[in-house]
Amino acid sequence: MTLDTVKHATETPDVEQPWKELGLKEDEYTRIREILERRPTGAELAMYSVMWSEHCSYKSSKVHLKQFGEKIPENDAMLVGIGENAGVVDVGQGYAVTFKVESHNHPSYIEPYQGAATGVGGIVRDILAMGARPVAVVDPLRFGAADHPDTKRVLPGVVAGVGGYGNCLGLPNIGGEVVFDSCYQGNPLVNAGCIGVMKHEDIHLAQASGPGNKVILYGARTGGDGIGGVSVLASETFDSTGPAKRPAVQVGDPFQEKLLIECTLEIFKEKLVAGIQDLGGAGLSCATSELASAGSGGMRVELDTVPLRDASLSPEEILMSESQERMCAIVEPDKVERFMEICEKWDVIATVIGEVTEGERLEIFWHGEQIVDVPPRTVAHEGPVYERPYARPEWQDALQADDANKLPRPATSDELREQVLALVSSPNQASKSWITDQYDRFVQGNTVLAQPEDAGMVRIDEESNLGVAMATDGNGRYTKLDPYAGAQLALAEAYRNVAASGATPLAISDCLNFGSPEDPAVMWQFAEATRGLADGCFQLGTPVTGGNVSLYNQTGEVAIHPTPVVAVLGVIDDVNRRTPIAFKEEGQLLYLLGDTREEFGGSAWSQVIHDHLGGLPPAVDLDREKLLGDILISASRDGMIDAAHDLSDGGLIQSVVESCLRGGSGARLIVPDGLDAFTFLFSESAGRAVVAVPRSEELRFNDMCGARGLPVTRIGVVDGDEVEIQGEFSISLSELRTAHEETIPRLLL
Amino acid sequence: MTSRIGVVTFPGTLDDRDSLRAVRLAGAEPVSLWHRDKDLKQVDAVVLAGGFSYGDYLRAGAISRFSPVMETIIDQAKAGMPVLGICNGFQILTESHLLPGAMLQNNHLHFICREQKLRVETSETAWTADYSAGQEIRIPLKNMDGRYVADERTLDELEAEGRVAFRYLDFNPNGSLRDIAGISNAAGNVVGLMPHPEHAVEPLIGTGRTDGLGFFTSILKKLVSV
Repeated sequence: MTLDTVKHATETPDVEQPWKELGLKEDEYTRIREILERRPTGAELAMYSVMWSEHCSYKSSKVHLKQFGEKIPENDAMLVGIGENAGVVDVGQGYAVTFKVESHNHPSYIEPYQGAATGVGGIVRDILAMGARPVAVVDPLRFGAADHPDTKRVLPGVVAGVGGYGNCLGLPNIGGEVVFDSCYQGNPLVNAGCIGVMKHEDIHLAQASGPGNKVILYGARTGGDGIGGVSVLASETFDSTGPAKRPAVQVGDPFQEKLLIECTLEIFKEKLVAGIQDLGGAGLSCATSELASAGSGGMRVELDTVPLRDASLSPEEILMSESQERMCAIVEPDKVERFMEICEKWDVIATVIGEVTEGERLEIFWHGEQIVDVPPRTVAHEGPVYERPYARPEWQDALQADDANKLPRPATSDELREQVLALVSSPNQASKSWITDQYDRFVQGNTVLAQPEDAGMVRIDEESNLGVAMATDGNGRYTKLDPYAGAQLALAEAYRNVAASGATPLAISDCLNFGSPEDPAVMWQFAEATRGLADGCFQLGTPVTGGNVSLYNQTGEVAIHPTPVVAVLGVIDDVNRRTPIAFKEEGQLLYLLGDTREEFGGSAWSQVIHDHLGGLPPAVDLDREKLLGDILISASRDGMIDAAHDLSDGGLIQSVVESCLRGGSGARLIVPDGLDAFTFLFSESAGRAVVAVPRSEELRFNDMCGARGLPVTRIGVVDGDEVEIQGEFSISLSELRTAHEETIPRLLL
Repeated sequence: MTSRIGVVTFPGTLDDRDSLRAVRLAGAEPVSLWHRDKDLKQVDAVVLAGGFSYGDYLRAGAISRFSPVMETIIDQAKAGMPVLGICNGFQILTESHLLPGAMLQNNHLHFICREQKLRVETSETAWTADYSAGQEIRIPLKNMDGRYVADERTLDELEAEGRVAFRYLDFNPNGSLRDIAGISNAAGNVVGLMPHPEHAVEPLIGTGRTDGLGFFTSILKKLVSV
């Protein structure tokens, strides 16, 4: 068949086009025809279809996400906000930090290793494109039931992919989560976060300005991988001799990405680029249209100059390919030569594929014939926006009425002891070291804290010891019970984790994983969760700097638990002052900070012991969270505490066991007046932490908490080689260690 | 004048900056070396750092061994220049036949990252003089292809000549024969090991121990005393 040029499209207005197969709605196709005042060419149709997809255009979520920009708290730290590749915050001493969390859920179910690997690769390029050196990654993961046979297929593949890619890039993996729940059985969540560091003056933006500036594509050659809907187009409309069936999941080459990182950082150092964008979802379609849309001029691209891995690719396929490890830079003509030299040094292929033009159009040519002529904004930034209907599901009331506080509780001390062991050995509460030991946490030599600590922490300046910390959290069970509160609890927990490590929370990124937006119940969950998160960020003073929405996470009609994952970034002036979770020093006093109430809705206890989900999640009090955070940070700065561990899923006993095992010391605990042992151990009331205080600091620490109005209860002492609840039971550390550490290898090996 | 210690960057090397830092903290002058460059910039010793040089897509270290910089390093090592190969560097040294044996994929088939206990078996090499024979240290270990293998005769020879420099204690993390974590050449100037001393040089970072610093102070003392 002939090439579908702009001229050809104008002359043949009535050609049937596969817009439906490409995922466009009829009114969307009509709108494209209105914008162009003719039918789109095959290449244009391909571009619009991917850029107007849910994944790229946020068309269902946009109306809710704008709250993050409207309810923005006063915060001097924000340097670059939502809309760029990643947000940037000021962390002091001239440094800026960029960070973001993204999802790669669907590819990871189909092809766990490559799906997860390219998830890491994609987020790292986003961070790199801002001008920063990537310094750490985190990976919040959700899988189906731990004992389900398919989990054995998906989890090891995902973990090997995260490790295989991240380890080969030389990025320490410092945190994340692993959660099992049958709701994720057919739809695991693979989220990946990255932190990058730069000086303020090195911030780069994705925009193409300055007519005559060259558009340089560099990195890997373009292949046929990662082409989803476009294979439809290629096979139906175009040359049928071309390669028809393509793998929809991209294939990663971390070695190429490592070269790309070092090469790009050297290019930044010599200030050779005017604008830069990584190639991720929607490949060149996205990079060219976004760069042109954000800049002042237009852009002309000679598509046939793109280096290919497979010479038989059609122009549509080249535009849509999501081949990994590619970047697109805008370079002034007199800097092109030096740019090319640096690429040659790092064995990175670089090609001038076009230039910035005076006009306002994105024009793409194929061997001299024009196949794309569009206003770039209509592709990149002016896609459709939907006000999807939403409604509180009718089952919500029944779910909330099914009160977990009324579940049968352990009647004897023996039963209580058994339930403690059942809890700490349950898949969600068990040690994840079998997984995290497959990730390099030491590389770069700046890792101060890594999993299983509350937050990961890296040093960013060797002279001043300035550091940053990050924690990611999200509890789908809480969010299912109450999406507004659940999103705030995710935020509160990540905030608390960062503060417990001694760092001051500064800003957040989020990855919002939900079911189908076409289901009003899911849309209600989404609306409530985003509202909760926006309100929470406003109250805590931590702005949303960017993030990602992943919808359609469901199997058939059944959606996953709504799972907003929140990443909080914190800063610490001197990493020497960081607080680990380990209870080490015998004789140190253990204090419980915050209020403990009978709150078991969505709790780990209700899941492990009763396989139950119902009632209300723990109450949220963000002012209390802030106060608790302030106390933890002050105590760390002034050397009043030697260890701190936040309390969240699993309650006090889970945190105490983790801290004891981490430090190799036992603890003797006394049930405080006014609480029963069960509530003391298993309640998941928010806004709490347990700290170890040296005896010499006891007075000062108590005075500080008293003066600032934070409830503080002495609950015991670091001592011996068992965890003892006085008057109830004791369990030796070795028994706890076996219970805690053997579960995951047993299930997965 | 202090001693100059070079650290080679191959494409895909990851721990080069860490090794340069360790050299600096030990008091020597760190010098970056580039894989395409035969010139060693008058360094007194060389560290081949960890990573995945050339992606390790063929066999770990197999391609690096043929790089221009290795031509010079192989010649100089044979002439007595101290060379330390860490992880991927160890793999490059075996591929270069500066050290005997080879590295296979870990017996459990997973990447493994952990704090590893080792016994330093000899203080007679250029890189272990600051330790005492039998001293136990704990430093990070992280690799995919860390299973040291050699034929029985070679292993017996290494043992007899005191060239098993480090042995895994408590737990063999990769199935290495005879728990071997690192070895030296007959002259003691070339040492290779899988664990990472350069990640254990500061009290706050990584595992919070400085057990690895001795590698770098050992070589510095040796170079200064020559």
